[in-house]
Amino acid sequence: MQTTFTPEQLADPLTARSNEILRTCVHCGFCTATCPTYKVLGDELDSPRGRIYLIKDMLENARVPDDKTVTHIDRCLSCLSCMTTCPSGVHYMHLVDHAREYIEQNYRRPLPDRVLRWVLARILPYPGRFRLALLGAKLGRPFRRLIPDARLRAMLDMAPRDIPAPSRNDSPQVFAAQGPRRKRVALLTGCAQRALNTDINDATIRLLRRHGCEVVIPRGMGCCGALTHHMGRTGESHAFAAANIRALTAEIDGAGLDALVINTSGCGTTVKDYGHMFAGGPLEADAARVAALAKDITEVMADLGLTDATHAVPLRVGYHAACSLQHGQGIKATPKELLAAAGFTVLEPRDSHICCGSAGTYNLMQPAISAELKARKVATLEATSPQVISAGNIGCMMQIGSGTAVPVVHTVELLDWATGGPRPQALRHAA
Amino acid sequence: MTIAMPAPDAQVIAQRPQIVAALRAVLPADAVIDDPHETRAYECDALTAYRCPPLAVVLPRTTAEVAAAMRVSHGLGVPVVPRGAGTSLAGGALPTADCVILGTMRLNAFLDIDLANRYVRVQSGVTNLSVSAELEPLGFFYAPDPSSQLACTIAGNIAMNSGGAHCLKYGVTTNNLLGATVVLTTGEIIELGGPEPGPAGLDLLGVLCGSEGQLGVVTEATLRILPRPEGARPVLIGFDSPEVAGECVANIIRSGVLPVAIEYMDEPCLRAVESFAKAGYPDCPAVLIVEVEGSKAEIDDQIARIRAIADALNPVEFRESRNADESLAIWKGRKSAFGAMGRLGDYICLDGTVPVGQLPHTLRRIGELSRQHGLEVANVFHAGDGNMHPLILFDANTPGDLARAEAFGADILRLCVEVGGCLTGEHGVGVEKRDLMGDQYDPDDLAIQMQVKDVFDPGWLLNPAKVFPLEASAAHRAHTAPLAAAE
Repeated sequence: MQTTFTPEQLADPLTARSNEILRTCVHCGFCTATCPTYKVLGDELDSPRGRIYLIKDMLENARVPDDKTVTHIDRCLSCLSCMTTCPSGVHYMHLVDHAREYIEQNYRRPLPDRVLRWVLARILPYPGRFRLALLGAKLGRPFRRLIPDARLRAMLDMAPRDIPAPSRNDSPQVFAAQGPRRKRVALLTGCAQRALNTDINDATIRLLRRHGCEVVIPRGMGCCGALTHHMGRTGESHAFAAANIRALTAEIDGAGLDALVINTSGCGTTVKDYGHMFAGGPLEADAARVAALAKDITEVMADLGLTDATHAVPLRVGYHAACSLQHGQGIKATPKELLAAAGFTVLEPRDSHICCGSAGTYNLMQPAISAELKARKVATLEATSPQVISAGNIGCMMQIGSGTAVPVVHTVELLDWATGGPRPQALRHAA
Repeated sequence: MTIAMPAPDAQVIAQRPQIVAALRAVLPADAVIDDPHETRAYECDALTAYRCPPLAVVLPRTTAEVAAAMRVSHGLGVPVVPRGAGTSLAGGALPTADCVILGTMRLNAFLDIDLANRYVRVQSGVTNLSVSAELEPLGFFYAPDPSSQLACTIAGNIAMNSGGAHCLKYGVTTNNLLGATVVLTTGEIIELGGPEPGPAGLDLLGVLCGSEGQLGVVTEATLRILPRPEGARPVLIGFDSPEVAGECVANIIRSGVLPVAIEYMDEPCLRAVESFAKAGYPDCPAVLIVEVEGSKAEIDDQIARIRAIADALNPVEFRESRNADESLAIWKGRKSAFGAMGRLGDYICLDGTVPVGQLPHTLRRIGELSRQHGLEVANVFHAGDGNMHPLILFDANTPGDLARAEAFGADILRLCVEVGGCLTGEHGVGVEKRDLMGDQYDPDDLAIQMQVKDVFDPGWLLNPAKVFPLEASAAHRAHTAPLAAAE
């Protein structure tokens, strides 16, 4: 598309990048067809092409964002389905990230919105605080009906019934490889996931060690920055990312690392983009090095190959493709191939490319659209009659789990089980 | 911008608040959009060189809501521009400043699937591909498959009488459309055709299909469905020159073999699609995708005959698809060709049709014109039925470049007419080819077409300033409008 940025505007690296992206878009409309919000709402403005147009108009005219533009951009899940679909390779992720930052800097949200966002940004990335909040939410649930805001009700609903005790495995330490060491890897233990479900990291560590990996939990790591990044709070997200980059750089330059293993695909998409986030700054080289080492757990396991995967019951597994994995990182077949190699029957639901509506904090900020997407996702998954549902992202697991009686586990828990680990917690009571 | 649009009706613009209020009174709250920041996203379709934000946008969910919106617009004398998914490459859904855009994308329900009588009835805003996807588990499909089938709607397909790769064997939309519910400009709802084949009387459905939103808005459609073939296999044939590839197409058609599709892509296009689809296309100046279908024996036999024809022309490569994944990648690349060309730069996409025997000559002349105009051109098209899609590359951010590209495009389309073809195969005339209609039709032909428009839309409120050259329609209206008003 034609763009009308001035040379002065293009001097800003972010604007130059957005201009480059907009120039690639030919407005063909293919992306509309695979956009979850367009499918639900049926309005060009809630499609990638419409949002690209809104962003272009806002940035070109350097105008104060209006309520409507903000509404349509807020409704974007950042599922990146459009990027898989786009034939001309429009990098929508960098464009919408720029728009979110621009909105955060130039738009004054209504007070309840600001408070909600502030609270989320102050709680979710910190496992200790988030755990306390979950306990509070659990206590508050009986009073749910008294709460006027749908978003606050959604937050209460998110709290799981059983809130696990913190896992000692998540503290900084080194786990020795079992047998000869094949790799030395770091594990991103994450933030919200640590408060919601400690089984995932435990299973990941067991699985990696069993396959000859020395697993390092580096000191000084925390949230990857994705949660605040998607709110446009660049200062906070970059601070999180920078802390991780420094911690990992120390490991890389010290005992060395073969990979940074990530088992929450939402984080993986962001960490793999660290190079872009810090482009032109002093951390650029280190950020690029970390980004290049970042691997989803399934990528690492495909590389290692499963050994002796004979221990699990060969269940029918409904595989839910997390958007951050399939669209954000382009990892589609690997998790399914691993599950099949582990003896499971892998079932794929119809419209597997469509988001479940979790999308980071989206289920909290946009409960109505999120609930509709959840209902659709659960229906297509249940139509495959699975005995268990597996996914590679904690957000999707919580979202889908809250809508179905079928147990939901992380892919890594099934792989751990199949190679000699314990039966996943969620399957203890199942047949 | 070299294609002129008429000045908007100042009276309509002045009435804007009343128009929006009247639409709001008959439609749900979320179905009327008038915020200027929001209407801007509707200012163009896939032909982005021409843009104009509409006065308002309406997004109805039912035939009754479409009719209500049409009644309001008609009553207040407001032009209506129907819009499917906005994938038109000819500016078929380009708004005017005084118009209401009527989007059909929320009309997306499947109403009836009747396998015994082999039809499906849908609301018109369903996407083309979703029809076949819905039918796939049942073993059926809907044949017309425009390259934008992932996104484009049945409503838009009917408006443009869309074709697609597989139309060589199965025909275009008009050959697969059985019936339609149509809302006329007055808001009156009529039924044309139906599930039973060959209704008596005038073929008004045939008039409607391909009328580019000039006559009415289709809200529901009954579509012919077909059983899926036992199998299908594409082959890739690479050639050293476009002309020889063109000759191969003509020879295949002449031999009596009927492949389901013969597609052509040249080197610049192959470069763009390979980086998206990774189908392993041959690296040479021109490639044909020829697909045959049927039982394995039928496929083998047809491919052997095609191979013999191709071998006589010394192809660089002749490769059969080995499995379903490979076939999928081959078609994914072809179907995404227009979008993928965005990797190379801005372009305008043409849509002329020539007799198949004229393909080698036409390709040669396009090459000459390209050098003459100093602009690169990529060719990708449905070769089997001579439906060409030259893509002219230019730089939208360089002033004057678009005009040069358009002049080149006009020369190519005139060339198509000159060799016995026509201006459009499947994208429609829209605004893009409007001013070239005089090269194809003489004034009497155009007058008769405009008289048909008079019957359906006496006030000329539907999809204004498209299809008919402005001077021709203005002269016609100067003559007929007073008569219509007097009645």
